[in-house]
Amino acid sequence: MSQEIFVAILATAVTAGTSILYAALGEVLAERSGILNLGVEGMMLVGAVSGFICALKTDNPWIGLLVAMLAGGLLALIHAFLTVTLRANQVVSGLALTMFGTGLSGYLGQSYVGVPLTTPFKDVAIPVLRDIPVIGPVLFNQDPIVYLSYFLVPLLWFYVYHTRAGLQMRAVGENPSAADSMGINVFRSRYMYVIIGGMLAGIGGAYLSLHYVPSWMENMTAGRGWIAVALVIFATWNPVNALWGSYLFGGIDALGFRLQTFGVTVSPFFLKMLPYIFTVLVLILVTKRNLAGRIGSPQALGLPYDREER
Amino acid sequence: MMKILGTSLLIEKKLTPAPISYVIVPLISVFLALSVGAVFLTLSGHNYLEIYAAMFGGAFGSRYGITETIVKAIPLTITSLGVALAFRMQLWNIGGEGQIYMGAFAATWAALFFPAGAGWWTLPCLILSGMLAGGLWALLPAIPRAIWGVNEIITTLMLNYIAISWVSYLVYGPWKDPLGYNFPLTSLFPPEAILPTLAGSRIHAGLFFGILLTLLVYVLIQHTRWGYEIRVAGESASAARYAGINGQRNILLVMFISGALCGLAGMAEVSGIAHRLQPGVSTGYGYTAIIIAWLARLNPFAIILVAFLFGGMQVGGYIVQTSGIPSSMVTMLQGLLLFFVLGGELLTYYKIRKSSVSPANQNMA
Repeated sequence: MSQEIFVAILATAVTAGTSILYAALGEVLAERSGILNLGVEGMMLVGAVSGFICALKTDNPWIGLLVAMLAGGLLALIHAFLTVTLRANQVVSGLALTMFGTGLSGYLGQSYVGVPLTTPFKDVAIPVLRDIPVIGPVLFNQDPIVYLSYFLVPLLWFYVYHTRAGLQMRAVGENPSAADSMGINVFRSRYMYVIIGGMLAGIGGAYLSLHYVPSWMENMTAGRGWIAVALVIFATWNPVNALWGSYLFGGIDALGFRLQTFGVTVSPFFLKMLPYIFTVLVLILVTKRNLAGRIGSPQALGLPYDREER
Repeated sequence: MMKILGTSLLIEKKLTPAPISYVIVPLISVFLALSVGAVFLTLSGHNYLEIYAAMFGGAFGSRYGITETIVKAIPLTITSLGVALAFRMQLWNIGGEGQIYMGAFAATWAALFFPAGAGWWTLPCLILSGMLAGGLWALLPAIPRAIWGVNEIITTLMLNYIAISWVSYLVYGPWKDPLGYNFPLTSLFPPEAILPTLAGSRIHAGLFFGILLTLLVYVLIQHTRWGYEIRVAGESASAARYAGINGQRNILLVMFISGALCGLAGMAEVSGIAHRLQPGVSTGYGYTAIIIAWLARLNPFAIILVAFLFGGMQVGGYIVQTSGIPSSMVTMLQGLLLFFVLGGELLTYYKIRKSSVSPANQNMA
C-alpha cells in the first residue's frame, strides 16, 4: 500500500469517525448521569435535516449547525421529560424517539432529497502543522467541526474526571439517592446531560449533511447513531476512548470504501456490512473484557429515580 | 413530588390500576398523537382533517381498503407476537426487521433451489426454513447475551443492517432473475411454493398463522410452566435465579422462538404477497412491531387488534402519498403514539394529586 493511499484512508477515517464521535460523546454524558438514550439515531437524523435546510436557506453552515444543535436538544428534552419526570421505560422511550426522529426527518426533508448544499463546511489546512508528515494531512487538513472535536474531547475528559461538576454527574449516575442527600439536584442534572447529549448528537448528524455528504438523503445516518451507542460501551464511558473508537469505526467505513481501489473485487453489499459486523464483534469482545476487569456501566443506568422510594 | 407551574404535585403509586384505564389511556394517547400530527400537517400547509379522513377512509372505508389493511396486519401480528414474547422476559429483540429478511431469504432458497423439486412438501419446507433462519439469526445475538450479558439491543439492531445488505446482495447479484429485465428480483416461485389466498383477494394463509399463533402464544405464556418461568424472569432476573430457573437456556429459547416468528412473517411476505424475493421485503415491520407489542401491553389478543389498526395506518399512509404527504408521516405518528402511551402509563399506574403539605415539610419528612 503506497503512503498516499494510507494517508488518504486515515484522513477519511477521521472524517467518517467525527460524526459518530459527537454522538458518542453526547451519549457518554447522558449515560454517565444515569439515563440511557437510544434515540441517538433519531436525534442525528433530525439534526442532519434541520441543519441542512437552514444552511441551504441561509447559505451559512454555521447557522445550520446551531439549528441542528437546538433540534437535537429539543428532542432529547422529550426523552428527559418522559424518563426523568414521568419515569417511563428508558429503552422504549429511546426507541420511540428514534422512530419519531426518523419519521420527522423524512417528513421535513421530503422536498430536499438530493439537493446539493452550496455552502458546506470546507477543509481548512492549518499552517505549519499541516506539513508534519502523515499526521499533518490526516489531522490538520480537515474542517472546523473536526478541529472543534480536538478541543471538545480533552475538555470533556477533564470535566468528567477532574472537576467537581463531573464528580457530581458521575455520582448521579452511580448512586442517585446518595447524590440527592449530598444536595445534588438529580432531576436537574439528568435533564441537563440528556439535553447536552442531544445537542451533540444533533451536531453529529449535521456533520453528515453539512460536510461529509453534503446533501440530504432519507435515513442518511444509516445506523451511525446505534454504532455511537455501542461505542459508549467500547469506550467504557470515557470521552478519550470514544475518540479512538470513533476513528476506528471511521477507518472500517473508509476501508470498505477504498478496498476497490486496491483491486479487491468484493460486492459493495459486503463492504457495507463491515461496520455493523465489526460493531457486533467489538461489543462482544469489550463486554467480555469489561466483565473480567469489572468495568461496568454506571450503576443506576436505566433506572428511574424516585425520591419517595429511596 | 414535583412542581409544575408552581403547583406541587404528589405522584403516588397505585397498587391496582383501574381496569378501565387500560382502554381509556390508549384512546387518549391515540387522540393526542393525532393532534400533534395535525400540528405538523397544518404547519406544512395541509388540511389535517382532509388528510386524516382520507387515511381512515382509505384503510377502512372500502372492501379493497380493509383487505389491504388485513394484508398489512398479517406480518405485523406475527412479528409483534415474536417481539412481545422476548419483551416478556425483558429481552429487547430489536432485530425483528433482520429476522424477517432472513426468513424471506431462506424461504426463497427453499422455493427456488430445493433439490427434490416442488410438491406438496414445498410449503412446509418454506415455513420450516423461514422459521429456522429467523430463529438462528436471533440466536447470533442471544448466545453472547446469555453467556456474557452482551447488550442485545445493539447487536440485534446491527444484524438488521447486515440482513438487509445480504438480501440486496442476492437480488442484485447471484439470485437475480435472468429474465427480469435487470430488475433486482429473483424468479417467480413455483405455484407449489405460493401460499393459498382467500378467494379473489390478496389475503393469504398467513392470516391463519397469525390467529393460530396468537392462541398458541397466549396458552404458552398463561398456561404452561415454561410461560410462568418467562414471566418470572421478566419480572426479576434474581428472583428467577433463586427459583432455580435456567436463565441462559430460557434466553436462548425465547430469542430463538421470537426470531422464528419474525422469520415466519418474512416467509409469509415472499410466499403470500410478492411470490419472489426483492429488496424492501419488509417496510419496517420489525420496528412497528415494537410499538404494537408495547401498546398491546404484550397481550396476544390485544396485539391482533392493534396490528389491525396499525395495518390501517400504513395503508392510509400510502393512500395520502398521492396528495404529497410523505409516508414517513406514518413513522412519525407511530413514534408520537409511543411517547403518549409511555406518558399515559403514569396515569395508569400512578395517582397524581395536589400536594396538601408544603414542599418544605415534604423534605423534612
